[in-house]
Amino acid sequence: MPTYAELKARADKQWQDLTAGDRPWIRVGTALCGQAAGGVEVVEALKKTAEAKGIKVTVDEVGCIGMCYAEPLVDIQKPGESRLFFKNVSADDVPALLESYLVKNQIPTGKVFGYLGAKPIAGAPNIADMPQWKLQNRIALRNAGTTAPDDIFQYIANNGFAALNKALTEMKPADVIQQMIDSGLRGRGGAAFPTGTKWSFLVKNTSPVKYILCNCEEGDPGAYNDKGILESDPYTLVEGLLLAGYATGSSNGIIFVRHGHDGPIDRAEMAVKQAYENGLLGKNILGTSFTFNIEVALTGDSYVAGEETALMEAIEGHRSMPRSRPPFPAAFGVWGKPSNINNVKSLSYAPEIILKGAQWFSSIGVNKSKGTAIVCLSGAIKYPGWYEIPMGLSLSQVINVIGGGPPSGKKVKLLQTGGPLGGVLDANSLNIKIDFEEMSAAGAILGSGGIIIADEDTCAVDLTRVLVAFCQYESCGKCFPCRLGMTHLLEFVERITKLEGRPADLAMMESVGKNMQAGSLCGHGQLGFNPIRSALKFFGSDFKMHIEQKKCPTGSCGKPIISPRNTRPYAEMARDDRQPIQVASKASK
Amino acid sequence: MTVANTSNEALRERIQKAITHQKRPTVTVLSSLLAVQDEIGYIPDVAIEEVAKFTDTTLNDVWGVASFYKNFRFTPPSAHTVEVCWGPTCHLVGATKVMTELMGHLGLKDEGDTADKKLTLRFNTCLGACSQAPVISVDHHLWGKVTPERACKLADKARESGPKHH
Ligand SMILES: Cc1cc2nc3c(=O)[nH]c(=O)nc-3n(C[C@H](O)[C@H](O)[C@H](O)COP(=O)(O)O)c2cc1C
Ligand code: SF4
Ligand code: FES
Repeated sequence: MPTYAELKARADKQWQDLTAGDRPWIRVGTALCGQAAGGVEVVEALKKTAEAKGIKVTVDEVGCIGMCYAEPLVDIQKPGESRLFFKNVSADDVPALLESYLVKNQIPTGKVFGYLGAKPIAGAPNIADMPQWKLQNRIALRNAGTTAPDDIFQYIANNGFAALNKALTEMKPADVIQQMIDSGLRGRGGAAFPTGTKWSFLVKNTSPVKYILCNCEEGDPGAYNDKGILESDPYTLVEGLLLAGYATGSSNGIIFVRHGHDGPIDRAEMAVKQAYENGLLGKNILGTSFTFNIEVALTGDSYVAGEETALMEAIEGHRSMPRSRPPFPAAFGVWGKPSNINNVKSLSYAPEIILKGAQWFSSIGVNKSKGTAIVCLSGAIKYPGWYEIPMGLSLSQVINVIGGGPPSGKKVKLLQTGGPLGGVLDANSLNIKIDFEEMSAAGAILGSGGIIIADEDTCAVDLTRVLVAFCQYESCGKCFPCRLGMTHLLEFVERITKLEGRPADLAMMESVGKNMQAGSLCGHGQLGFNPIRSALKFFGSDFKMHIEQKKCPTGSCGKPIISPRNTRPYAEMARDDRQPIQVASKASK
Repeated sequence: MTVANTSNEALRERIQKAITHQKRPTVTVLSSLLAVQDEIGYIPDVAIEEVAKFTDTTLNDVWGVASFYKNFRFTPPSAHTVEVCWGPTCHLVGATKVMTELMGHLGLKDEGDTADKKLTLRFNTCLGACSQAPVISVDHHLWGKVTPERACKLADKARESGPKHH
């Protein structure tokens, strides 16, 4: 069982070799965004070209540094120098790039993005001066795009597991909880419940088996920061889970990811495996009496699986349908055992909070919103990407300064925040602060951090249709108000986008929405009217124009539309060659 | 008959192996179905039987789970799968056009399999690379900033390549 000091010494030596050894270190982001941009092909080209040219380099696939708009980003660090980033590199660009920067020692123009590090590189701008970097405060994302997500020693070299070591050797579990409470950290999964307080509920339960569940369902379109953390720095999440386990007296953790997201799943599993191999998971962690196990579990495609009780059903292998509460998870969770459920981001803050102290964390942010928010910008925006910003920045700072506003100088028309169940805001809301209370007072939520931007070319009704279609598609069907209500709402909105809406539709939608809010079992149905409610609040005149004048202000409506429905094609379930199945089942035993 | 039986037995064996060799510790109805889906790309009737036997549950329980999650299908998939994201971000930047033109190009009226069974088209609520929207995936590899033309080209390329291995 290696001690922390032994692990750290080994990690430091390896880091020294990487950054100041005898060969350049090349990093390329191949998270989902990097893959979509062509990063995988660039990595192949880098390896091939380096070999063909006889250049000795280390090539690492890393997560995403956040500036997705510049991907594929090739980050080359020569021994002892700063990192130089090249933007939008294609596989074809690679030979010339390596030839000039590594063979001829010249900085190629055109593709240079900037440098990052203490030593300036002539001819390249400092990334740290760009608003996309300068306005950030990277806590949970401190390693994203910098350390390899499949090498635990790179994490340890950057102070990884120092918080765990500190907690295990210097702190009692109650101290860890107190730090979390004092930090003011609130859950980043949507409901913004204080994380430390949630942990303290679990402490009170003396059951010998308790679970810490990590929610990486992240079905919200527009948000990719949870998957991003798993792909960029899964170790920080593993350490967060360990801290939660130690603080609450739990011995089991489950990281729960949606089937099909291969990158996040593979990287999470690799991180867990390496933690076991180095005595950071399992029995007697770091030579102490603390025992903790983590496994990665998968769900099928289901948005509602992200709801905390539905998630427990899915882990148990059932349909992911929410349970009624009480009993609450801290009393009766997965397999009936006391459980604590946190979002990936909430847990990923824990290591830095424990290492640097509650005071440090709570000094960042505003009002009752402490620390940072990890926002994902997408849609009509010049610099889409994910950014970790201190709470309290205004939406305008985030969208216009960091995001650069809509491309080609168009005006912002609409913002969609907090996932489909969140809400939309208009351009006049740009002075609102990123603050849980301020956002919800405005009729939107911060939720999981997705901010989708639409410019004046977008029809608010058409976008509402897609949001409502999503909510209909994803209703788990357990309760009637949500299942039928969502279907009705979609029918109304579709009718309006076909320019066949009727004057009574708006009032009828309100009434369906009220029933859903009052009668649904979980947040999905309770909030299912939100996309329409918020759109009506800010863009009611758009709806009226569609209904009364049979006209769409942007011309996007009135055409045939595609709305995927959550219904199985009848032919698939009831094909004629299906034979009755004979099997000894429980029912017939 | 014999031929059909042999291939059925071979299929059953593959399914049993997938179910009994799961690498994740918690084994459930859902995890077993996912293992089958990963192995052969769909959930045939024999898989329902085998999962029910293996997990000691009823056929109804297994059907209930299999028909709930939208990533399970019950007929063999085509050789390749193209998914198109219809999430709001992708929608805003042109997903509808990508979907419509792909459907036209493949001779489909909705998501489904092409007549030659070389390609399955699926719609996805979010492929997780919204910053690169519009996004499609071809056999699980993501492609961002796609135009309708590029999407059709990528689909054709997959169609012409050999069968994919599950
Ligand atoms: C329909 C629905 C979907 C949800 N999806 C997610 C999700 O994907 N990820 C997540 O962390 N929380 C999700 N939540 C919130 C969780 O139920 C829960 O509040 C959260 O995981 C708690 O973690 P936190 O305290 O760290 O925020 C969802 C809630 C609802 C009602
Ligand atoms: S509100 Fe909707 S999603 Fe939630 S349990 Fe009811 S039917 Fe399912
Ligand atoms: S909305 Fe299309 S990838 Fe997320």
